[in-house]
Amino acid sequence: MAEVAAESLVVEGHLADEQQYLTFIMSGEEYGVDILAVQEIRGWEAPTLIPNSPPFIRGVINLRGTIVPIMDLRLRFGLTEADYTATTVVIILKFDSDKGERVLGIVVDAVSDVYTIADTEARKPPELTEDENSDFIKGLVNVSEKMVILLDVEQLLDLHLQVLSEQVITD
Amino acid sequence: MSVDLSQFHQIFFEESFEGLDVMESELLEMDLDDVNEETVNTIFRAAHSIKGGAGTFGFMPISEFTHVVETLLDEIRSGQRTMQANFIDLFLQSVDCLRGMLSDMQGGNEPEAERPAQLRKEFEVILNMAAAPIEDEDPSTAGDGQGWLIKMSPHRDLLLTGNEPFRMFRELRDIVGDDCLEVTSYCDDIPDFSSLTPEECFLKWDLKVTKTVPLEDIKAVFEWVEDECDLEYLSLDNTSDTEPSDADNHIEEASSAASTESVAEVEPTSVEATEIKATEVKAEKSAKPVKKQAESSSIRVSIDKVDSLINMVGELVITQSMLGELGSNFDLGRLAKLQEGLSQLEQNTRELQESVMKIRMMPISFAFSRFPRLVRDLGNQLDKKVNLVTLGEQTELDKTVMEKISDPLVHLVRNSMDHGLETTPDRIAAGKKEEGTITLNAYHQGGNIVIEVADDGAGLNEEKILRKAVEKKLVPEKNNLSPEEIHQLVFLPGFSTADAVSDISGRGVGMDVVRKNIQALNGTIEVRSQRHKGSTFIIRLPLTLAILDGQLVQVCNETYIFPLVSIVESIQISRSSLNRVTAGQYVMQLRDEYIPIVCLDQVFGLREADDSSENLMLVVVEGDTEKIGIVVDDLLGQQQVVIKSLEQNYKKVSGISGATILGDGTVALIIDISSIDKKLVPVKNNSHRPERAA
Repeated sequence: MAEVAAESLVVEGHLADEQQYLTFIMSGEEYGVDILAVQEIRGWEAPTLIPNSPPFIRGVINLRGTIVPIMDLRLRFGLTEADYTATTVVIILKFDSDKGERVLGIVVDAVSDVYTIADTEARKPPELTEDENSDFIKGLVNVSEKMVILLDVEQLLDLHLQVLSEQVITD
Repeated sequence: MSVDLSQFHQIFFEESFEGLDVMESELLEMDLDDVNEETVNTIFRAAHSIKGGAGTFGFMPISEFTHVVETLLDEIRSGQRTMQANFIDLFLQSVDCLRGMLSDMQGGNEPEAERPAQLRKEFEVILNMAAAPIEDEDPSTAGDGQGWLIKMSPHRDLLLTGNEPFRMFRELRDIVGDDCLEVTSYCDDIPDFSSLTPEECFLKWDLKVTKTVPLEDIKAVFEWVEDECDLEYLSLDNTSDTEPSDADNHIEEASSAASTESVAEVEPTSVEATEIKATEVKAEKSAKPVKKQAESSSIRVSIDKVDSLINMVGELVITQSMLGELGSNFDLGRLAKLQEGLSQLEQNTRELQESVMKIRMMPISFAFSRFPRLVRDLGNQLDKKVNLVTLGEQTELDKTVMEKISDPLVHLVRNSMDHGLETTPDRIAAGKKEEGTITLNAYHQGGNIVIEVADDGAGLNEEKILRKAVEKKLVPEKNNLSPEEIHQLVFLPGFSTADAVSDISGRGVGMDVVRKNIQALNGTIEVRSQRHKGSTFIIRLPLTLAILDGQLVQVCNETYIFPLVSIVESIQISRSSLNRVTAGQYVMQLRDEYIPIVCLDQVFGLREADDSSENLMLVVVEGDTEKIGIVVDDLLGQQQVVIKSLEQNYKKVSGISGATILGDGTVALIIDISSIDKKLVPVKNNSHRPERAA
């Protein structure tokens, strides 16, 4: 019964607890972010270096007049550094913070797909290590036999700023 | 139709603040021996519009308070009273009080009630003192006895000003009740039909109120038309019986004679009025969460500036379509045309940029206008006679710069009054005029605005400054500082020569803060002083914060921008002219001084020290305290750059003040000289600079 009801709702539109995710590939794994947080997808272009920034901050680019920092998510996650190839893309994420809208570009290997995933389908990630990176993993989900790692964009942007401010202190 | 009045609140506040400024400056200029009628009128008008606005938006505390102020002003205006010194003080206090109330309301808070109540009492004391003999219907004393007869003879343009007599009558009826109001209308002045115009009012009315009501309530009804009508209020005790006629008939007759339009309008307007009331309530309720709105500021722009902008955008569109057409079918034969179009585009863009910048420009009189008051109050407090001279008030500068320069200026003026000017006996003893002079002067010089704060006081006492500086270990005991260098010591942190700490100045947090604020605006401050003649503080500021004249340099294939103002010179030197002081620190002799040398590539962690090249390009800049030489790879061009925030999406980066976008669309970072200066310190103390995290 309940399933039928749920299905009919899906046909009409998205369920309240259902979200669309844009997924991308990094080192063979598939990651997903809330599609509403994605502003646009761009090709890789060499950014301007920021002095004394952590290595995963590649620099800043000009996005139609706005200065947008570019973070290489692969380096941020400690994955082996990948080359910047023709399929390397930058996903521009935006997020409302208390200081207004923040924009950040993340570098990934390639963009993959868009899935509609219900929150109930996502499983909590197992308690892994003390790795700070696991903080911004929202959940794991199976989509046609593949595992997709869902990322929490707010945490991602937040943590990115946190790490930066910590760096300032240790400097 | 529902009008959200809250959208006008911001405008009301701005206009009220402007009105208060007007009141203040007029009050300060007022000469008691020769009170100019126009001045009083100006003050009255300002107060009146604040009251009116406050009433409209339901800010009752403000309108009530302004009403008392206005009453006294009105009596002065109509010659019932003469202006007195204590009135001016009282008015000035009211201006302050209103300003406080308004900003409280703007912030969505309840205004404080104590101070206005206190001032109101003072006003009432004054008002009650003398008014009675002239006005026989003083509201507090005259009998509310039997009722009132109101003779209302409107000026002809009453209807043109949007006032509707019948609404007032109706309002009056609501106050006194149906049975107690009799209206008589006089149609004597109505011209013959051919010369009758529906927009003019030819009627007169007598309104008879046969009930005990306070006159104030009645007056409130007619408050808005006081200036458009001759109103006479007579107590029914004194007047004999006027003919109690069939008022309704008269009204009927009158309205058809005067204008049919206005009758038709009555209903919708009253509906609107109630709706306004409803939204007012809503606005009050939502006042609390709107706090943030108070921060958003706006500027008034003259229509000329906007028109010229529109013109330019029009030209830009023409150029764009011309170029677009050219691009869609281009052959080499039309190259010249393309170039022409491009140069036209360049010119348009530049003009457009200049005009847009001009919008943000405001005359510095906005910043200067607060000083007459400050000097007056401070003069009384310090018991010094001071004459304030302001020059170049029309000099324009960016609004943001102006806002940020106000506080430092106040500090400088206070300082000049407290420390600069001598006390009156001292001045007489020194053979100077009893009255000290403080001059505020503003003018443009190159791309900068220069603001001078000068006093004709005692000047800086070099010995005292030096002694204090040595005492506080700010300079070594043995030094041979020139007088000019000693003067600059006052800008060091923690420096104050005041013998006694007053609440005006002397806590030692002063000049260094002033200098920091000014440096934050990319400006500089210096002091010139002559013993017994006075001292002058000179502030230099860029005209705008949004645009910067920059020198483009190249370091490791990256482009950086130096603010042109801070560059002293750019020279090519050979590596052999550098002297190594410690492992990581070099200095160079430049004429008669030694300047520390910084390699930008190392400071920014772009590459390890590279000792291969023999010739170095050195940019000498004026840092916080001294000159520094900064080694770059190459000098590129100079250009104006638009400053963009790096912090908006990223964070503050040490050594970088912002970013900009170059002609090719790439981002270039702007160097923050003062933080480069500080970066020297770890290099000096520690040759092992923290490596860039790899």
